[in-house]
Amino acid sequence: MSSTIRSPWLIHYDASSCNGCDIEVLACLTPLFDVERFGIINTGNPKHADIFLVTGSVNERNIGVVQQIYSQMLEPKVVIACGVCACSGGIFRDCYNTLGGIDAAIPVDVYAPGCAVRPEAIIDAVVTGLGVLEDRRKALAAGTLQPVALPRSVTAADKLVGGETVRAAAAASTREALEVLAACESPAATGGEALESPASHGGEALEACQSRESPTATGTQEA
Amino acid sequence: MSLLSFAAALVGFGVLAPVLGCLLSGADRIVSARMQGRVGPPLLQPLHDVRKLLAKDVRPVNSFQGFYVLLALLFSLLAGAFFFAGGSLLLVVFVLTLSTLFFVVAAYSTRSPFAEIGAEREIIQVASYEPMVILFAVSFFIATGSFDVSVALAREVPVIAQLPLVFCALLFILTIKLRKSPFDLSYSHHAHQELVKGITTEMSGRTLALVEVMHWYENVLFLGWVALFVVWSSWIAVPVALAAVLAVYFFEVLIDNNFARVKWQSMFKWSWAVTLVLCLANILVLSFL
Repeated sequence: MSSTIRSPWLIHYDASSCNGCDIEVLACLTPLFDVERFGIINTGNPKHADIFLVTGSVNERNIGVVQQIYSQMLEPKVVIACGVCACSGGIFRDCYNTLGGIDAAIPVDVYAPGCAVRPEAIIDAVVTGLGVLEDRRKALAAGTLQPVALPRSVTAADKLVGGETVRAAAAASTREALEVLAACESPAATGGEALESPASHGGEALEACQSRESPTATGTQEA
Repeated sequence: MSLLSFAAALVGFGVLAPVLGCLLSGADRIVSARMQGRVGPPLLQPLHDVRKLLAKDVRPVNSFQGFYVLLALLFSLLAGAFFFAGGSLLLVVFVLTLSTLFFVVAAYSTRSPFAEIGAEREIIQVASYEPMVILFAVSFFIATGSFDVSVALAREVPVIAQLPLVFCALLFILTIKLRKSPFDLSYSHHAHQELVKGITTEMSGRTLALVEVMHWYENVLFLGWVALFVVWSSWIAVPVALAAVLAVYFFEVLIDNNFARVKWQSMFKWSWAVTLVLCLANILVLSFL
């Protein structure tokens, strides 16, 4: 057992947690669980920390912070997602503001689910993480440690809804609207049948097209 | 203090002080844990902490912070060597102040707001304890007629018989020097006690390991100051001094666990009040007896 895994200092960050998992993390430091037996110290400084305990899910406000703390930690380092919100977004997964679990922001090494995650599970996750930490220390000493690239520009527009990202769905919707607009500007090409159902997808474009052309046209195009 | 005794003290203190300091720091954590109803880490935990820090990646904030910390470590080693070689107490005090100066400059060199606040608090700590440390040297001179540490071992009666109040004042500021609550303003070993990590905020990896070792050297030196009061020429002085040193250290750990940190204004005022009242009283009594 090298000294690296006998002295794992951790930094804890609450991403968007309800604080339930945070209370359980702090409970690990109390006399009942006493993780200082394993040399674990809760430091508030990422430059001093080896283990990053994150609770809560990622949103656009905190993704930068999570990535910043992770970047400021020195190798070897390990990330542990505590609680189901940090693992996958939890019960808030389908919310409009939640980008998902911590792995949307930084690479996660150990997932500790639970709502709230139990101190025993946190300790178990930290011990599992120590194995990963030791492997990374050996790779660092051998010069073979690969720096991990962070996901680029993850925003709410990249969230998956119904099998495609919000950004792609919005782009598709805009493309369809533009097609209807283009069709309505050349009625001879389409023959007019395409304009007969205003309740269809390109309804707003059709109405805009109608209102623009109404001063010149007389009664040929009707809803 | 001859060149030979200085060389011997440099090697002896240089090798033994980190060992003793590591064991003291480990014992400190175990005793603190037991006072809090916990089990605590293994005795050699500080050694694992230092070795872990040495194995971390090297990402310095600037090119000279590590150099300043190394200088601080070397000057504290030098101060300890002068002390245990029987040299002049004034020299020991001033070399130690130089060591603290380099530690403060290391934090300022990063230009990080958190490190700067830690450095400012360290300076205020120095301003709080420095009068006492100088008066300690001065009252030692008044009691023994010499600044040299070696005269204490030649005396028939320990110095504490003549300087009991000075000893009490030294214990008061020892809390600041050992970085214990209520005076651990610039750097604390307990979690989340200051803004980020105080004076060591921008120090990581190798540099932080050197800071930890420097604290070990300093702690052994300060306990040497305590032992200076209770030694005399008999061989019984050795176990007595050892017992006194351990009792004082236990007392400091007890204070650490029972007091919350105070504001720097309080630390400064109380330190100067205790220093001036106790030291002046002791020196006046000594001068007229």
